[in-house]
Amino acid sequence: MGTTQSGILGGRLPLGEYESNFSDLHPPLDKHEALVASDRCYFCHDAPCMTACPTSIDIPLFIRQISTGNPIGSAKTIFDQNILGGMCARVCPTETLCEQACVRNTAEERPVEIGRLQRYATDVAMKENKQFYTRAASSGRKVAVVGAGPAGLAAAHRLAVKGHDVVIYDARPKSGGLNEYGIAAYKSVDDFAQKEVDYVLSIGGIEVRNGQALGREFSLAELSEQYDAVFLGLGLVGVNALRMEGENAEGVEDAVDFIAALRQSKTKADIPVGRRVVVLGGGMTAIDAAVQAKLLGAEEVTICYRRGKEHMNASEFEQDLATSKGVTIRHWLQPKRIAEKDGKVAGIELEYTTLEDGKLTATGETGIIAADQIFKAIGQSFLGSGLGALQLEGGRIVTDAEGRTSIDNVWAGGDCVLGGEDLTVSAVAMGRDAAESINQALAAAAPHASAVA
Amino acid sequence: MADLRNNFVGIKSPNPFWLASAPPTDKAYNVERAFKAGWGGVVWKTLGEEGPPVVNVNGPRYGAIWGADRRLLGFNNIELITDRDLYVNLREMKQVKMNWPDRALIASIMVPCEEEAWKAILPLVEETGADGIELNFGCPHGMSERGMGAAVGQVPEYIEMVVRWCKQYTRMPVITKLTPNITDIRKPARAAKAGGTDAVSLINTINSIVSVDLDNFAPNPTVGGKGTHGGYCGPAVKPIALNMVAEIARDPETYGLPISGIGGITTWRDAAEFLVLGAGNVQVCTAAMTYGFKIVQEMISGLSDWMDAKGHRDLDDITGRAVPNVTDWQYLNLNYIAKAKIDQDSCIKCGRCHIVCEDTSHQAITQFVNGVRHFEVMEDECVGCNLCVSVCPVENCITMEELPAGTIDQRTGKPVDPNYANWTTHPNNPMAREAAE
Repeated sequence: MGTTQSGILGGRLPLGEYESNFSDLHPPLDKHEALVASDRCYFCHDAPCMTACPTSIDIPLFIRQISTGNPIGSAKTIFDQNILGGMCARVCPTETLCEQACVRNTAEERPVEIGRLQRYATDVAMKENKQFYTRAASSGRKVAVVGAGPAGLAAAHRLAVKGHDVVIYDARPKSGGLNEYGIAAYKSVDDFAQKEVDYVLSIGGIEVRNGQALGREFSLAELSEQYDAVFLGLGLVGVNALRMEGENAEGVEDAVDFIAALRQSKTKADIPVGRRVVVLGGGMTAIDAAVQAKLLGAEEVTICYRRGKEHMNASEFEQDLATSKGVTIRHWLQPKRIAEKDGKVAGIELEYTTLEDGKLTATGETGIIAADQIFKAIGQSFLGSGLGALQLEGGRIVTDAEGRTSIDNVWAGGDCVLGGEDLTVSAVAMGRDAAESINQALAAAAPHASAVA
Repeated sequence: MADLRNNFVGIKSPNPFWLASAPPTDKAYNVERAFKAGWGGVVWKTLGEEGPPVVNVNGPRYGAIWGADRRLLGFNNIELITDRDLYVNLREMKQVKMNWPDRALIASIMVPCEEEAWKAILPLVEETGADGIELNFGCPHGMSERGMGAAVGQVPEYIEMVVRWCKQYTRMPVITKLTPNITDIRKPARAAKAGGTDAVSLINTINSIVSVDLDNFAPNPTVGGKGTHGGYCGPAVKPIALNMVAEIARDPETYGLPISGIGGITTWRDAAEFLVLGAGNVQVCTAAMTYGFKIVQEMISGLSDWMDAKGHRDLDDITGRAVPNVTDWQYLNLNYIAKAKIDQDSCIKCGRCHIVCEDTSHQAITQFVNGVRHFEVMEDECVGCNLCVSVCPVENCITMEELPAGTIDQRTGKPVDPNYANWTTHPNNPMAREAAE
């Protein structure tokens, strides 16, 4: 039995409960379970799951390799397309990607467990530290990658494979980007994000410089000068503000900071959480914050979203996960004012909303939810500095299909790019493809030895 | 309620499900449990001649192959005949028969191919009250190296000779168990009939290496680093057994010879298939060794319910009913034309029908229609081969539809001929041409 004392406190639960609350959301399949699960795959031709995967992993092939007792070959099939296949297996919303496309849904409304199978194969290979790639002969070219998140790591790995020397700059003390700081703790246990970073970097030829922020320690112009090419995988570091009364009260926090702090905490008991928590937003960040607040021992956790269930960015699975943990999800409510007492959050006044001619409109009716902690999860934004004349649109970097930006020899990918999908797996695909594009550009620019001779 | 009582060459049992001569019938303990579970009869594990019994290996005796979810599909063994003393077996058989007078109890026998050996053992068996004997001419491993089992079953003259001795020295019905390790199953069946056998039973196990240990480069089951061929059985062998049963059932020379059907029978449906192809009853081993004796309850209720649903009153109503429909290829109607049809509502769009037709057959199934993934049979290319039906994971999604007489076959552009016409009269058949000239 934990404490229900008001205020924002750590240690609400007995110590042992933290461990079980934050254990693996989807426990790994053991070998037998993996064989049974893989037997369900039909080995479809032109498989819909493969089409649905942003990195186009050959899913029928990797599952067949598992079913024939070749998890190492299976892992290679996965890594060939997605070097962060281990993390994607954990965090991909498979229910809206590959598993939604699985033909087993049509047959019996239960897809092949593609995500867990992918985790099985990649776990086997990574546990054995099986390395599948060697570097091509050195090209003598240097590429800067800004951001050690999924896009940057995928780009760096592919560039290293091609024989280029890569330097990754990252503002944070640890590499991994959102994989390290932005995912619910129960989706990436046992420090997996760092293990994966190490696995990716073990290809060689990649130097990581942490604590180096674009616009602070260096500018894009400087990188362009020093390197043959630059890849920007900057992510979204800005957090949207509420812009309302009481926003600065103690207890109003950014959900992303809460999520990051949880990931960096070993015991979780040191992470303070309110007794009554309100989370504002309808995406994965809102769910991750709300669920973890509940798992930390908050008595009441309410997600308030200003539109309907069907508009939520969080998948149905994530919504169900939240409600199964005791989170209340309320729709058609937008924040109006944060009530404070002695400078601390006391509650939040919300206003009901409706759609009028397709436009979100406040109805005027309000209500108050008592709260001692409020998490803002109403979206992140791209905050770029030191970018010079780089073309932006809608606050994001403009690129072509290969990731080329408006500046010569500068590519970009991931969430910071216009049209980015806010998905780890999409960021990996963009980083990988940009690396291929960079490689081609560098090869085209390279003086041919034979031409000189 | 269908009447499942079985009368096989005068041997009566409450149902047609017997346990075959094998490990499950090696001793009273197992057989008592089998009868309690409901089995109609057992063929006691093969008795050898008097004296020190055979010995078995002390390592693994069985190997298996598995399908999805480790479902056992095929099984092989290198176990020999009973390794218990002859008189212990005989005593137990006598007691079991006394305890279960309504069940069939058959003694399987394998002794050297000498008249005296058979003459010696038959009275001992007769004394137990057993309902009949089964001659083990089938075991393909171990005993065959000593001139018994399949070594006899592969020589029709030996079969006839031994059967003759048995008919001469015992009043008990004789069932001759045949080995499938032979090219033409009709030859040993004819020999058994010539010797006067009351029935044949088949198949015994098939020579096999079930798998190879790739770490040690030795066949499985591996005994001290070496392996040997064993007898293959289980669901995987059923098609082979069905064909052999049908071959004997429709052979004019053995027509009407009672057959006890054996080979991979796992469900009531398997059993029914053997019965309609001419078996008077069936014997089961692997299914029991896979699931235990209780499976007979499913077999009994399934067979009974199916017979009730179809209006079949007793086993005579169904035995051999499919035999007239088993024919030679040359008599198949070449004017019968069928086309595959894909039910779009039940199609799950796995694309397997397309890729197998495209890669390996007739390029008769679409992949895209108007740019959308869509699988549909192109009748002008479809030869009606049934491959798509075979690989489709959804039952009844793809069906073979007969083209009615008079409709145009899009592939040939010709109307479907209503008349039966087979290869024997086909113009492309050189023999038919000669006959016409």
